[in-house]
Amino acid sequence: MTRHMKMDNADTRRRLDDMVQGAVGAPLDRPDGPLKVTGAAHYAAEQPTDALCYGVLVRAPAAKGRLLNMSTNAVMALPGVLAIVSDERMLRNPAQGTANEAPVQGVHEIAYFGQPVALVVAETFEQARHAAQALQLHIETTDEAALDPLAVEPEIPEDKQSSMGDLDAAMKNAVYRVDETYTTPSHSSAPMEPHASIAQWEGEQLTLRGSYQMLKYNRNELADSLGIEPKNVRILAPYVGGGFGSKLGIAPEAVAAALAAKKLSRPVSVAMTRPHVFETTMRRSETRQRVRLAADAQGRLTGIGHETLVSNLPGERFAEPVTQATAFMYRGENRIIGQKIARLNRTCAGSVRAPGEAVGVTIVENAMDELAEQAGIDPVELRKRNIPEEDPTRQVPFSSHKLAEALDAGARGFGWEKRNAIPKQVRDGEWMIGMGMASAFRVNMLKEAQARVRLNANGTAEIESDQTDIGTGTYAILTQIACDMLGLAPENVTVRLGDTDLPPGSGSGGSFGAASNGTAVFLACEELRLQLATAAGCAEPDLTLKDGKAIVGNRQVIIAELLPSTALEATGHIEPGDASSKVRQATYGAYFAEVAVSAITGETRVRRMTGAFAAGRILNAKTARSQCLGGMVWGIGMALTEALEFDPRYGQIANHDFAEYHIPVNADVPQIDVILLEEHDDWANPLQAKGLGELGICGAGAAITNAIYNATGVRVRDYPATLDKILPGLET
Amino acid sequence: MKPFAYDRATHPSDIAFADAGAAIIAGGTNLLDLMKLEVMTPDRLFDINRMDLSSIQQTENGGLKVETLVTNSDLAADMRVRQHWPVLSRALLAGASGQLRNKATTGGNLLQRTRCHYFYDTAMPCNKREPGSGCGAMGGVNRINAVLGTSDKCIATHPSDMAVALRALGATVEVRKKSGAVQSLPLGTLYVLPGDTPERETVLEAGDLITAVCLPPPVKGRQIYRKVRDRASYAFALVSVAAVVEVVDGKIARADLAFGGLAPVPWRDGAVEELLIGNAPSTSLFDAAADQLLRTAKGHGGNDFKIPLARRTLKAVLEEATR
Repeated sequence: MTRHMKMDNADTRRRLDDMVQGAVGAPLDRPDGPLKVTGAAHYAAEQPTDALCYGVLVRAPAAKGRLLNMSTNAVMALPGVLAIVSDERMLRNPAQGTANEAPVQGVHEIAYFGQPVALVVAETFEQARHAAQALQLHIETTDEAALDPLAVEPEIPEDKQSSMGDLDAAMKNAVYRVDETYTTPSHSSAPMEPHASIAQWEGEQLTLRGSYQMLKYNRNELADSLGIEPKNVRILAPYVGGGFGSKLGIAPEAVAAALAAKKLSRPVSVAMTRPHVFETTMRRSETRQRVRLAADAQGRLTGIGHETLVSNLPGERFAEPVTQATAFMYRGENRIIGQKIARLNRTCAGSVRAPGEAVGVTIVENAMDELAEQAGIDPVELRKRNIPEEDPTRQVPFSSHKLAEALDAGARGFGWEKRNAIPKQVRDGEWMIGMGMASAFRVNMLKEAQARVRLNANGTAEIESDQTDIGTGTYAILTQIACDMLGLAPENVTVRLGDTDLPPGSGSGGSFGAASNGTAVFLACEELRLQLATAAGCAEPDLTLKDGKAIVGNRQVIIAELLPSTALEATGHIEPGDASSKVRQATYGAYFAEVAVSAITGETRVRRMTGAFAAGRILNAKTARSQCLGGMVWGIGMALTEALEFDPRYGQIANHDFAEYHIPVNADVPQIDVILLEEHDDWANPLQAKGLGELGICGAGAAITNAIYNATGVRVRDYPATLDKILPGLET
Repeated sequence: MKPFAYDRATHPSDIAFADAGAAIIAGGTNLLDLMKLEVMTPDRLFDINRMDLSSIQQTENGGLKVETLVTNSDLAADMRVRQHWPVLSRALLAGASGQLRNKATTGGNLLQRTRCHYFYDTAMPCNKREPGSGCGAMGGVNRINAVLGTSDKCIATHPSDMAVALRALGATVEVRKKSGAVQSLPLGTLYVLPGDTPERETVLEAGDLITAVCLPPPVKGRQIYRKVRDRASYAFALVSVAAVVEVVDGKIARADLAFGGLAPVPWRDGAVEELLIGNAPSTSLFDAAADQLLRTAKGHGGNDFKIPLARRTLKAVLEEATR
């Protein structure tokens, strides 16, 4: 039995509120947690496999050129070497998220430094790595590589330019105006688990154990890359050690492993080294953003301009959607939103945690801080004055809008009233202390998803989906939804994920996993409740399920007694519908940060942060909080340290390891408080839950750089705010 | 990783068999990374971890002898070090991470290699890794590179914090030569500047083994280690200053200063110290000291900021030390 729902309208039933088990919302520990911390959970490259051999990707040592030949014979003679695969089906770069087909393929045309041009396979990983290093490549480099986004003539795609009213006039007539250009550098997802795959063939049937986020698409992408039928491909990814977008699409190591395994008739493991992860998986594009704000005497915006320059490889459709939230963040009837794309010979640009808002909201929130100072209005108050009544560009209502509440709750929790609005007023010894804030915005999405729920004769339940848990808590929240709907304790619910043989979920990405797959589980459980109600002889709304018992009126029976001798099974199927066009759905929040900047060295340390967020119903208080903490830690990295540094002559990423690509370490992360607001968004889905994974980063960095300004009087408009950018503004 | 032969050396004399293609491994926190990347490709490893060289002993003159296998964690935690040579303890704790300090050894720390991006990437030119191939850092990404003591062949820095403190403390290095003779080298003479041969970083020869580092007897004065870095932990110094400064009767009587992050070696400049000694502390004196320190400093674009940063850091350290 399948229960299908298309999300065309608000679902105001709020069925979860009728349930009495009390699992949804509770801080349930992740069922997979103990497996992960004890090493019992096998990540992709850790699956024990007989007769396994190892492949290592060979990187192109040039940003542009043509591979003519390679020293195959010499390398084949090295100890343990089994094969050198250099095949036109190999991937130039990973597929973009939801591509559902192969990305650009081929090893002869080199488009960026580090592009995989061969795979060397040997009996051991060490042999393969040595042989890969020994492989001499003969590359013809006649054309000059395009390495500087400002030095190429950019594309100006028509569908990425829009305007409303007359921004120039609004700027001219404005009482207060900001017109500044900001830059953000490229970032890497840098997940803890490197991208890795083990490929194994049985006849025409390929099984790939990989580290991927969206298996139903990945299967098609892998099949298309290899030129085989999707039905002949099975992908397993039960545990994924972080993705952040870099594992949305099938990546070079998977296709190379499959080709090598076929050639050798042996299972082949290909794990990327850390430099490979930096060079050959998705980067967040660097951005150049001109922001114009026009405001009246009360600080009310009359115009917003947001024009951006991003980059990508030739042939890639993805362009960092920097202005995604600009359309609805604030009021303002005159607008220009535009984007240019520079085609560069740089590592492929794609989705990195909160594509668009992570850098776009951050910069607009810096500009808002500049406006607040100019207008002499408190930054929190300025934002509240600019909350629009309805979506200002689409003229549709908001499904729910909690920005004002988040600003108030965050300000109260943080102690914002203690801030001195004049920069450079607060000292603690050599440290200059400042406070800053920013709003958070992130679009909310629902994606098609299916899940199967089986109620066994013994009263336990199983949930099955190809959905992945990339460390976010999917195992936990699906358990909780089933617990509430079916009246079961968590230990009686088992979740199986990450297997393309199971019903297709939404995949993990865009913060839509919990809402989409949670709804699929909810729908399946609704169907099971109907069956149980029939067996119990009552209407479904009159059925109370709790602790393995069904309660109808004053009658109480064990659920198992209502079940047939075989299991009862239902599939839930959710599809997005017209709801997303009838209303504007988004999540909102506010960040507050206190920083200390050394008056001597310009070093910035974040002293504390508070984030207040509204993302619909919170499914698990613990995993939700963890997601927000993680997002804000990304904000610290973006604000202070993270930047891929490209060599201006050769185009390689100079800092392609964790020693020199500075993600925040424990000592950089202070006390962070997370406030989760109560919200139920009936337009989102029957759970009233919205995406939360990315909200925590969408502006977090701006709270920190705004605080740096408050501390020092130095506006850093070129991220990250490393000390060399602050030093020139400090007193000698 | 290139295949290599492995020997467990149990006595310093075993190392005498090492030739130019061999490497000594202790903690391995740097060497193993470099071998995986094939930046270093020794054909033979001598593992010295089983040698009896893990003690810290008081010397007759009141100094301290730190044997080569003492880990960074143990040395930083030693009560005698914390009490009498605190600049060393602070420098150690400012370096790497807790896990690395548990493995890394005293001798290994001194001999760690530069973190220059171009040294680490075998697809890039680097005169240190591959003499004659050129310097990639010049004209490239050189934010972390050196401004003092460089040559037109190399602008790499020495990455150690510990060595900077040892340099300020006037430590000596005990080396067992291939011949069996034991030599005592002031730390300052262990390292050599890149000149035309950046591949050569120390005066050690194949078969030599650092067996200990000796600290001179404690001296009076304030000891400070200040490290400036991009993140609060697990980052190499952009600039660091180790200082042992004593003020007597309002005048600077001792100013032992060493610098990290600025040069290919732990940097010490006697002229800076001479300028300070005998004078009353003042901002203008400290400025003059910074002028002296940085008189030959040369930036390469990305690291230009290190010059004003070194000035500010030195002045702050001197102010704190003479307050």
